[in-house]
Amino acid sequence: MLRIVASASRPTRLAVANRRNIASTSARQADITLTVDGKEVTVPQGSALIQACEAAGSPIPRFCYHDRLAIAGNCRWHVPRRGTTLTKTRCVMARSLPFLVSSFFYSSSSAAPAMNGQVVFTNTPLVHEAREGVMEFLLANHPLDCPICDQGGECDLQDQSIRYGSDRTRFHEITGKRAVSNKDLGPIVKTSMNRCIQCTRCVRFANEVAGVEDLGTTGRGNDLQIGMYVEKMMDSELSGNVIDLCPVGALTSKPYAFQARPWELKNTESIDVLDAVGSNIRVDSRGVQVMRIQPRTNDNVNEEWISDKTRYAYDGLRTQRLTTPLVKGPDNRFVAASWPDALSAIADGLKRTGASGNEIKAVAGHLADTESLVVLKDLVNRLGSDNLASDLADKSGDAPPVHGVDIKSNYSFNSSIPGLESADAILLVGTNPRHEAAVLNSRIRKSWLHSELVVGMVGPRADTTYAYEHLGEDAKALQKFLGGKTNGDFAERWAKAERPMIIVGSAIGEHVDGEAVFSMLAQYIQSAGTRLVRDDWNGFNVLQRVASRPAAYEIGFVPSRAAASTTPKFIYLLNADEIDPASIPADAFVVYQGHHGDRGAALADVCLPGAAYTEKGATWVNTEGRSQLGRAAVPPPGAARDDWKIVRALAEVVGVDLPYDDVVSVRDRMWAISPSLVRWDALEETSLPVAKAGLASLAGKKKAATGQKLELPITNFYQTDVVSRASVTMAQCTRAFVTRESEPLAKGAVEMHA
Amino acid sequence: MTSKSVQNGFHIFQFVNAESLQSYRLQADHNDIETTCLHGSWLSDVWKNTATTARSTLSSAFNYAIQALGCTIHCEGLIYGSPSRSLMTLQHRDTPYNNPQIEFKFNPENLTRAKEIISHYPTQYKKAAVIPLLDLGQRQNKGWTSISVMNYVAELLEMPPMRVYEVATFYTMFNREPIGTNFVQVCTTTPCMLRGSTDILNTTLSHLGGIKPGETTKDGKFTVIEVECQGACSNAPMLVVNDDFYEDLTPESTKKILDAFSRGEKPKPGPQSSRQTSENSAGLTALTSKPYGPGEHCSPEFQ
Repeated sequence: MLRIVASASRPTRLAVANRRNIASTSARQADITLTVDGKEVTVPQGSALIQACEAAGSPIPRFCYHDRLAIAGNCRWHVPRRGTTLTKTRCVMARSLPFLVSSFFYSSSSAAPAMNGQVVFTNTPLVHEAREGVMEFLLANHPLDCPICDQGGECDLQDQSIRYGSDRTRFHEITGKRAVSNKDLGPIVKTSMNRCIQCTRCVRFANEVAGVEDLGTTGRGNDLQIGMYVEKMMDSELSGNVIDLCPVGALTSKPYAFQARPWELKNTESIDVLDAVGSNIRVDSRGVQVMRIQPRTNDNVNEEWISDKTRYAYDGLRTQRLTTPLVKGPDNRFVAASWPDALSAIADGLKRTGASGNEIKAVAGHLADTESLVVLKDLVNRLGSDNLASDLADKSGDAPPVHGVDIKSNYSFNSSIPGLESADAILLVGTNPRHEAAVLNSRIRKSWLHSELVVGMVGPRADTTYAYEHLGEDAKALQKFLGGKTNGDFAERWAKAERPMIIVGSAIGEHVDGEAVFSMLAQYIQSAGTRLVRDDWNGFNVLQRVASRPAAYEIGFVPSRAAASTTPKFIYLLNADEIDPASIPADAFVVYQGHHGDRGAALADVCLPGAAYTEKGATWVNTEGRSQLGRAAVPPPGAARDDWKIVRALAEVVGVDLPYDDVVSVRDRMWAISPSLVRWDALEETSLPVAKAGLASLAGKKKAATGQKLELPITNFYQTDVVSRASVTMAQCTRAFVTRESEPLAKGAVEMHA
Repeated sequence: MTSKSVQNGFHIFQFVNAESLQSYRLQADHNDIETTCLHGSWLSDVWKNTATTARSTLSSAFNYAIQALGCTIHCEGLIYGSPSRSLMTLQHRDTPYNNPQIEFKFNPENLTRAKEIISHYPTQYKKAAVIPLLDLGQRQNKGWTSISVMNYVAELLEMPPMRVYEVATFYTMFNREPIGTNFVQVCTTTPCMLRGSTDILNTTLSHLGGIKPGETTKDGKFTVIEVECQGACSNAPMLVVNDDFYEDLTPESTKKILDAFSRGEKPKPGPQSSRQTSENSAGLTALTSKPYGPGEHCSPEFQ
């Protein structure tokens, strides 16, 4: 299908007309039955033989095949003749099947479709011999540097050569093993191209999932190389995933190079909090240090990808940490204090400022977990205040959010993340999902590649990795489009779409036209009847970008109108680092609770060291409203404590009695507020009448749009919160991909020589 | 000053580029080979001076050096490096004569031709025209496909440049380094070899001033490479100059052809012997009798 593309939408790239895969997945067909190693197995027609074998419990060793990538079958270059001859004869001669299975060992079973009535053997002496042969070929050019290779211990090639390989080789090339120059793919991916076995998983990932079509293969045959041909870095926010995909040690992690061996690491399954997707991660730690972060498969959230920020911001957890309570002395300098002293200093401060009622203000930051939000809200409420703000830009967090928080569907990603794959038209309003939810963006791309999805965008242009039609930059353009006054391919397709989706960026709520945008969208959805919101589909989505926000809205951590106009005298910053310093009155007493010494701590009179997300077991709610449980991988450093416990202790000191003393009772309280908060991993949809009531409340606010341009909230994907700002790797990524500075080291070296 | 290292097992080789790209130093940690010499000849010197046992570990460093220098070395009958330099440089590095800033565009005539070629394919499969367009570009660009040619073709066909690079590096007939006015490809595959292609190759090389395969003569008139079978085995040995086959060669006729090209003439392509195309040089051995005409051997009523 020819795609009509706003060619200016990717100004640095060429038009994307031909980028969609021609071979898209077809509709599911009837099931077929075949026999694998004597076991009957039924798989959908069109499945690869390797999938059928997997289903039968006879795993086929593989390198090039990957569930989530297009099937290449290119490992077969090792055994071309055998593979092709046998593929031809497979249907005719049942006896040749062991050969077939043996020859497709790495390759052609992934390319070969499963056939009805096929009889497959994967465990015969002949198969073993063939596998040994293929392994010998693979190792003919593979360096034997396992002791100095970072992949050692978790290497597919290593495992499979031990399982299937021979203990000697017959290849002693006089010219030596193939030598390939290493490529510079940027600060994240370290290359050691001699080790490459050319499975092209990285190439397929870059082209299909990440949408960075710079990676490919150059040359042919024995000289085939993976690379970009020109000197270029892999500019993708998902580039770290190629490290996981690489079955050998050709692509390894630069920040993690020579840091640890897999068997030394403790694995903790947790949740990422650096955006609001709630990617499932595995935190690998050694002792008290987080050594790396890996993705965990969850098809409902992140499939098996995570963004580079999720993966590599962890080195920010080691620096700039608050390890002990700090109290500002008379000379305006912080002095280390004990917990009792710090807490009583806060109680004194509260008394001294004479703050009462709404003059006591709490601000929730990006990385505040649900438990501590609940406890802090309880504390502040019991002190008589409703002043619960968030650290949004331009003080907009001080006011109640424009979409309200009474109805969950007004601020959630209602279609759900997997729902993106069934959408047939998406309208993005003031958001660049690539930066606000990188993994979610790859789903849109996936859907765009494999279906007839069309995307339209209102707001600043952005490089999204899929083509879109740009409809305008402000709320008035949106009004025009919704009024049916925009012509073009997208408008036509949108009108006919059966599962249309509107994705509103969270930054819209902070924009001067926020109220107008929400109300015009709600009115449009109401007037469209059952097209956007019906029993089986809710096409109205708000894409949150901050991990704490959905939970804060869920528990009502927002100010009342009266509170919003009160000048605070006592301010409690819970992980609030994006706050505008101007919003803090000079005479206010400020407490900062958090894990990094960043902007929030600098503003504070007392700092309380909290735990970072890898150091506490806490609940996180993602943009869909899916509640997930993060687990502590390492202890908090120094005197730092679990955040909810700090607030609970403070409550004791200021004389407020909170009815919980352990995390179980805190979660009971959460259950009382909203049961979905503790139904971890489950996604609870808003029922249709309630969703409609929510839309009605939005539609009721009639406010004219000013026509001021919409803005994207994230300019630097790599540094959006305290952890990523403290991270060296993220700083390097910023330099390489955002500011595009050359290496200062190299510059210095040139000057020295000059 | 830049240095590059390549690892092979536990041996570290280091190439230190001193002052200019012309001079490299090779170090191998285990046997202290340290040689500095000039582009071209030095690798074979190092090789000859290396003990046999050390050679296998050195060889991958050699391969690397060959790639870095784009040269070929001959020693003890072994040829390291490819006859075609293009084959070895699978990574583009900007040079004064080959960088993306150099503009390339089809001239009006070729642009018309390109549009015609593109029109052969359905619009959504327009990238199928990549090979003919690269060829067109190569012809316009003095016989070689520069990075600018590839980028231009990518732009024209609206495909990511990497997809074009993949094609251009895969096919050996795209020269990615400049070549001489006349591109001489000598076939040395088995049938030609049996018919004396080694002599033809040596004659060609020595007649052009003792260059090596993959090199260009000083006057820029000839580039010679060895190629695999061109499909003219019945007229072996053969060589190709630009687009034409010169077959049934002897060292003498080879020299004649090269001289003619050197003078700017174009000798008659095809067999350089007296025979027509690929007919039997010893005359016909079958169908020697007069063919029978219509009606012969038929019963009388049909005669």
